[in-house]
Amino acid sequence: MFKPLTGGPARSVTSFANRLKSSLTPLILLLFSENSLAAGMDMRAGVTDMSRRILDLHHMSLWVCIIVGIIVFGVMFYTIFAHRRSRHPTPATFSHSTRAEILWTIIPALILVFMAIPATTALVDIEDNSKSDLTVLITASQWKWHYQYIEAGIGYYSRLATPQDQIYNRAPKGENYLLQVDKPLVLPTNKKVRFLMTSNDVIHSWWVPDFAVKQDAIPGYINEAWTRVNEPGVYRGQCTELCGMDHAFMPIVVEVQPEAEFDRWIADQRLAMALASETAVADRNKTWTMAELLPMGEEIFLQHCATCHQPDGLGQKGKYPALAASEITTGNITNHLDRVMNGKADTEMQAWAPQLTDLELAAVITYERNAWGNNIADLIQPMTVYQSR
Amino acid sequence: MSNYAAAQSSRRNPVVAFAARWLLTTNHKEIGTLYLCLSFLLFFIAGAFAMGIRAELFQPGIQFIEPEFYNQLVTLHGLVMVFGVVMPAFVGLANWMIPMMVGAPDMALPRLNNFSFWILPFAFTILLSSLFMEGGAPNFGWTFYAPLSTTFGPPSTDFFIFGVHLMGISSVLGAINIIVTIFNMRTPGMTLMKMPMFVWTWLITAFLLIMVMPVLAGVVTMMLTDRHFGTSFFDASGGGDPVLFQHIFWFFGHPEVYIMILPGFGIASQIIPTFSRKKLFGYNSMVYATVSIAILSFVVWGHHMFTTGMPLFGELFFMYATMLIAVPTGVKVFNWVATMWRGSLTFETPMLFAIGFVALFTIGGFSGLMLAIVAADFQYHDTFFVVAHFHYVLYPGAIFSTMAAVYYWLPKWTGNMYDERLGKIHFWTAAIAVNLTFFPMHFTGLAGMPRRVVDYSLQFAEFNMLSSIGAGLLGLTQILFLYIVIKTIRGGPKASSQVWEGAEGLEWTVPSPAPHHTFETPPTLPADEPENTYGQVPATRDSQDF
Repeated sequence: MFKPLTGGPARSVTSFANRLKSSLTPLILLLFSENSLAAGMDMRAGVTDMSRRILDLHHMSLWVCIIVGIIVFGVMFYTIFAHRRSRHPTPATFSHSTRAEILWTIIPALILVFMAIPATTALVDIEDNSKSDLTVLITASQWKWHYQYIEAGIGYYSRLATPQDQIYNRAPKGENYLLQVDKPLVLPTNKKVRFLMTSNDVIHSWWVPDFAVKQDAIPGYINEAWTRVNEPGVYRGQCTELCGMDHAFMPIVVEVQPEAEFDRWIADQRLAMALASETAVADRNKTWTMAELLPMGEEIFLQHCATCHQPDGLGQKGKYPALAASEITTGNITNHLDRVMNGKADTEMQAWAPQLTDLELAAVITYERNAWGNNIADLIQPMTVYQSR
Repeated sequence: MSNYAAAQSSRRNPVVAFAARWLLTTNHKEIGTLYLCLSFLLFFIAGAFAMGIRAELFQPGIQFIEPEFYNQLVTLHGLVMVFGVVMPAFVGLANWMIPMMVGAPDMALPRLNNFSFWILPFAFTILLSSLFMEGGAPNFGWTFYAPLSTTFGPPSTDFFIFGVHLMGISSVLGAINIIVTIFNMRTPGMTLMKMPMFVWTWLITAFLLIMVMPVLAGVVTMMLTDRHFGTSFFDASGGGDPVLFQHIFWFFGHPEVYIMILPGFGIASQIIPTFSRKKLFGYNSMVYATVSIAILSFVVWGHHMFTTGMPLFGELFFMYATMLIAVPTGVKVFNWVATMWRGSLTFETPMLFAIGFVALFTIGGFSGLMLAIVAADFQYHDTFFVVAHFHYVLYPGAIFSTMAAVYYWLPKWTGNMYDERLGKIHFWTAAIAVNLTFFPMHFTGLAGMPRRVVDYSLQFAEFNMLSSIGAGLLGLTQILFLYIVIKTIRGGPKASSQVWEGAEGLEWTVPSPAPHHTFETPPTLPADEPENTYGQVPATRDSQDF
């Protein structure tokens, strides 16, 4: 259940002409308003005290630049106008002025000191990670986020939910195109939430503009950040560090709920986890047929594997190996299982064992052995997967 | 017997003679021409990459370019523009102009000069050939952060590493040559504080190059050993540190930013006085400001890394140091405006580009100051706001200043005047297109669009479309530039040796086109004039022709 983007009116796709017109509306209006015009042009005000404070800092430095710019460009345009040869045929002969040079060294330095003071105090507060109410460990990998609620002991992956058809222009793009996930991060209002960030592969960066939180997720590091959100709502962001092929496709969605609702959500998650493990037991005790596994396997393949190995199983030459007629998918099934479960070191091929259930692993492996002309006709049961864990 | 003479005498076969002449030349003017031609060629190649990027970003969704290839384009666009366009263009200008400006017959080390140039075509052939390799070209951005570039880099990464090594060797050798030339070959009487500003800025740039190119070589070597020889400099699972990569890279990278702009400062400082018919305002403070910027450039690298989890003290230090750079940079801008103040201004194409440089570079400086504020940088970092910022300092900065220099000195190089009307059309279309391309990026960045993305959400669509239209126009204007340059080389009104009535300096005392050898005996500097006399007496420097 997604409410419209908060922090500004829901943006519909207006025509190019309309936007052009609005972008040409007077600059002053643009700079003064925080919600209407500036929504698409200025930094977002966001929904935390810190994001608003950062917006103020941004406006302060912007105004300093605008005022200095008006003075410098004003003098420049005046001299271009008044001292052009047709109006001012005889040039002056001065070539230095110690007083002017001292002045325009000292005055900017003083302006900088004036700017540095609020910039410093805001930074000191941002870096104060102490006294948090709740900790979420965010683990990035290519190209998804994993959220682990340390205290509650629940965790799950969050992935792009925009269909490929929209990305490849075969279907109209939805309102939250590229900014929707299968399972958002859920946070309570008015609690200091501490984020711990790390990565399993390359460097990613977790950014939600409305919280003014941007922190790199670096393999081997655990970075810290925090937020305290005042207003319930759905807030969206993206990975902001180039992390490989699908860098543009790892959005972040955070659903902020009132505290009571959040507590219920946590309880629901725990219940769901318990149910899932019961289902898992039932699934692995059942003997599955090829006809049952294949459609399930195809769905999982398209969701998780097709980005690299391609829906046709042909991979991308020199980068991602083909699965059609490959050694692994047509060879010994134990090796195949091992590769899917444990991945291949130092490549984008991740270990899928912690990400998929026994049944899902069994289904996708069975699918890979029996699709795109692979015709091994063997299948693997969830129980076998379970025993290999 | 010089190589040039050798080539002349071996003109049995015109093709051999032509190849031998350009391959073996040790003449600073010819090598300067080679650098400029290579830079121009690569400008169109890297520009074509940019056209691909902007075509894909014209609309949301994936239209032309798959995500993997998009990343390759982004990487090569950056690498080629930085190492193949801006740097060789400045070295080419240095080769042409520094000996003529200091009254030297050639560069101090002519054979080394030949070698430093001829490394480059091979380096870029190696780099660009990676496009055709299995696995594709490097795809990790021009900043090639580990472990994306080490553990996860495509096989062509090794070619990239070799290419960067070659470019580094070329740059260091070129820089040595420039320093030696400036220190040893100035004509008698030209003290350091009488050197033209272009020579000064290049001297400082050359020192920066010598100091940081080995750092770049070091970091790519560490990558190489990480990839193939079992080390773990940047691999956390082996006890290494991915952030170490960024520290080393940006210790090179930030001075590199100034390497790409200081010669542009020098060019503006030559051109603005000429067309203001007034001496450069505050020569001494210009020199001190340039030296300060160069020194400060070594202590601000951390501002590229504010989101890596740097401790508070580090963030504060790098914020203050970065803000401090605004002071000397401001001095330079104020001095240029003061040079124009109460001058007698005319607006030939070089002057237009120089003024465009000062105005638009200042905008890039402003956004740079904003980016220094760490807390706000958390919102700006790695968004299109940063893309807007560095394109404002690089396009109107490095590229406009190079174009200004080309228009300014082209009559001296070719003996022909360029077409002033076309030059003005080139400037105005380029100035409009640059702003149309890069100004909307401030908005998309602030509104939350990350950089280096192949696709974006719908709220950014309109400004991206504007940027793409601007970029297309900007690409077209450079074809006009190519046409103007070729037309000038082929003919045009003859230029006098003075060329510009307000120009000062030794390069204007030699005929146009500059003969193959100039200043075989050191020239005499004109006596110090207590004040300049432009406008009162007609310029008669032609009488000093050789």
